[in-house]
Amino acid sequence: MRLTFDVNGVGQQADDVWPGESLLYVLRERMGLPGTKNACEQGECGSCSVYLDGTLVCACLVAAPQAQGRAVRTVEGLATDSAGGLDHIQQAFVETGAVQCGFCTPGLIMATDDLLANTPTPSDAEIREALAGNLCRCTGYEKILDAVRLAASRRTEVTP
Amino acid sequence: MSVPTTQRPTGTETATGRLGDITLLPDGIPKVTGDFAYSSDLWMDDMLWGVTLRSPHPRARVRSIDIGAALATAGVTAVLTHEDVPGSKYYGLEIADQPVLAVDEVRYTGEPVAIVAADHPETARRAAAKIVVDYEVLDPITDSRAAMSPDSPLVHATPTQDHYPGGGNILRHVRIRRGDPTLTADVVVTGEYDVGMQDQAFLGPESGLAVPAEDGGVDLFIATQWLHVDQRQVAESLGLPEDKVRLSLAGVGGAFGAREDVSMQIHACLLALRTNKPIKMVYSREESFYGHVHRHPATMRYEHGANRDGTLVYVKCEVVLDGGAYASSSPAVVSNAASFAVGPYNCDNVLIDGYILYTNNPPCGAMRGFGAVQVCFGHESQMDKLAAALGIDPVELRIHNAMAEGSLMPTGQVVEGAAPVAELLRRVKDAPLPAAAPTDSYDLRALPGGVSNTTHGEGVRRGVGYAVGFKNVGYSEGFDDFSTARVRLEVVGGELVATVHTAAAEVGQGLITVMAQIARTELGVEQVINQPADTSIGTAGSTSASRQTYCTGGAVQAACEAVRDGILAMASARGLSVEGAALRDGKIVAADGAAVASVADLLGEEIVEETREFHHRPTEPLTRDLGAPGDIGQGAAHLQFAFAAHRVVADVDVELGLVRLVEVTTAQDVGKALNPLSVVGQIQGGTTQGIGLALMEEIQVKDGKIRNPSFTDYLIPTILDTPPMQVQVLELGDPHAPYGLRGVGEPPTISSTPAVVSALRAATGRPLTRVPVRPEHITGT
Ligand code: FES
Ligand code: FES
Repeated sequence: MRLTFDVNGVGQQADDVWPGESLLYVLRERMGLPGTKNACEQGECGSCSVYLDGTLVCACLVAAPQAQGRAVRTVEGLATDSAGGLDHIQQAFVETGAVQCGFCTPGLIMATDDLLANTPTPSDAEIREALAGNLCRCTGYEKILDAVRLAASRRTEVTP
Repeated sequence: MSVPTTQRPTGTETATGRLGDITLLPDGIPKVTGDFAYSSDLWMDDMLWGVTLRSPHPRARVRSIDIGAALATAGVTAVLTHEDVPGSKYYGLEIADQPVLAVDEVRYTGEPVAIVAADHPETARRAAAKIVVDYEVLDPITDSRAAMSPDSPLVHATPTQDHYPGGGNILRHVRIRRGDPTLTADVVVTGEYDVGMQDQAFLGPESGLAVPAEDGGVDLFIATQWLHVDQRQVAESLGLPEDKVRLSLAGVGGAFGAREDVSMQIHACLLALRTNKPIKMVYSREESFYGHVHRHPATMRYEHGANRDGTLVYVKCEVVLDGGAYASSSPAVVSNAASFAVGPYNCDNVLIDGYILYTNNPPCGAMRGFGAVQVCFGHESQMDKLAAALGIDPVELRIHNAMAEGSLMPTGQVVEGAAPVAELLRRVKDAPLPAAAPTDSYDLRALPGGVSNTTHGEGVRRGVGYAVGFKNVGYSEGFDDFSTARVRLEVVGGELVATVHTAAAEVGQGLITVMAQIARTELGVEQVINQPADTSIGTAGSTSASRQTYCTGGAVQAACEAVRDGILAMASARGLSVEGAALRDGKIVAADGAAVASVADLLGEEIVEETREFHHRPTEPLTRDLGAPGDIGQGAAHLQFAFAAHRVVADVDVELGLVRLVEVTTAQDVGKALNPLSVVGQIQGGTTQGIGLALMEEIQVKDGKIRNPSFTDYLIPTILDTPPMQVQVLELGDPHAPYGLRGVGEPPTISSTPAVVSALRAATGRPLTRVPVRPEHITGT
């Protein structure tokens, strides 16, 4: 089948898509956007988190045809309008040491973006609830909490 | 050679930082933007996909394999079996006992039998399903203690080696005897303890891209822990000289021991050479559970004898580890389990037997902690039990017996340098305790069961538990453990640039950051480029055994010193006085602090480049039991010891068996924290993996089959399961080690498991002799 959709603000088309493919496979293998990760491909780890029409989803659980005509935003599309190349969440993850192997990181950054859009100053308990669907095997999460707190504080500085 | 589109050098760093500074990871930026190329992200225009057909049986004879229907499938380019392996049909880290593809027998569920290349992964999977394998199914050998019996059928009919004492299914038996274990004591406690099979559960799946080369060789882009040991095994099985099998490190999504053994490396190269196309292989999460070795499950029997004042008189321990179907690194794991069976305590009379068995269970091998984890659960459970029997505070009992500098290991090895066991315990004990749970109000999120609303505080008890552990850093028992580094200093675009090249695997621990810090510190440069790791330079050894900063850090330091000597020699040849000078801020700085010359001016167009190896101090094999009287299993087998202690505070719903950890405190001596940011990150992450083993992580194996090969059923700690952590870092310095450092990665994983269980015992009063602890163990139902 032919798939036509919008990825990070650009109209895209993929041909000869097997209807059993996931949106994750299409992004990674057909769109050349491997930033969205593939740690479990069954909705358990959150490493494949993307926005689908503004809603955070696991791209591994979305069948490619379900993306037809819709808008997808991936980690590669997050920082397009910031000058330094990183948005404040990405910057906070680097600065706090929240990244080790980094395989969980794109998903966590997407989930943090979604959290802070809805809850600009989350409590620790709210951060934990919001990120409970994102597995990280390396960090023990402490520095991820630091990163989210730092990103939230900077965000509120910018938009009081 | 063509380079896959997403394979890019790590490039110039923007990060700065010298040794001891909090230094940000240079690979952090591509990792947060999604640009970092992991092994599963590689892509080439004309590549094909490889998949693996695996055995559904734990033990069966292979009568025949029919690949006809698979090969006839549209889109399929190749289907290979053991007959297509041109070189060695067996491989292994230490003992080549594992078939590349099953030959005449399969020995575990999930063993690779055939491989398929096709133009789409789904096409390859469907074709693999059409391969017809005629199995004669045999009764699997799955009980490790039963497998020890001389009457047991054999997993390997003709054992491939017998250089370890053992025999039958016993792959290795390590005997340690020191002093007089026939003594009696005032108080004796015995215990039996079990540890379940843990998975490393790294997030980045086994994957890579094999590209056929014009010279008949192959280039493999791979996530691994040790490029050169992969290279040797791949070359042997391909029947190629090593220089025709070139490996480059692709981005590694975590490792924790699971990437020490070869997974898809040989398979992808076989398919690439057969099809003459690049081959990409990526395991699914389910396949990953079959595709790498796990932490050995253990059964342990202990007997501790002590005087009334708590002094240990003797310790006896028998530990049986289930090695599964193939050897992997099992001989070294059981050696560690035996070495560390008593824990970091003084005891002059020891009797230790460590066994590791072949069975038809999934193969086990390296995982963070490497044999020390299992016995730490055993000896720390015993110390709690002994403290209760004596009526002594469990921390005081440990401190009373704590090893210190100059203590003797059960192997007779003298513990050199700082061994701050008592101090680590005091530190975690003295750390402020978290506030008590409020009695007048509750927040569901702070209670066991969380928002599932299982309790409002009734039935919830708080417990506090402690544990301490240790293990070796670096490879032991006489292994020549070393690393190689090349460092170049030159002027590029008017700026002084150092380039560091090693084959060491960065797996997320922060090694390349430390390498750049060393170069900045030693050479006084700002700009450091880490050249991507590959096999065009000599081996770096494995990213395991907490050894990589020690060994590769030592090699980078040695190469930097050689480059500095070269610069100083150039200066001296030009008549400058450089006696006692160093390189700082781009200048040669004399001993009195005066700038002698600018290094960039001195170099001009010239390049100074040096390659050095760093070999750590030799270690000794353990003495064997040759029938002679006297102590056995003795020797200075280990390079360095690293220690950590934990305190865990847990709230336990004793009616429902649910647990919520309130806080974990870790104290660890790291010798010298080269990058404090990464050191703390390692301690927090390692501690969390130990929490997982205590509370939830177990590969369920029944009749030789894994019952839970998914993240739905194999649970690792989420951010909700992981409590706030206090970390105390001691820097006591090891005079033998580069910069005084001590390996960091493994110790935090070792003692966190028994500390959690100790807290649960304190809350419930139950013995809890098995990890992971299940709700029914807590409730006693
Ligand atoms: S890859 Fe989609 S949730 Fe794990
Ligand atoms: S940093 Fe490795 S999984 Fe999170």
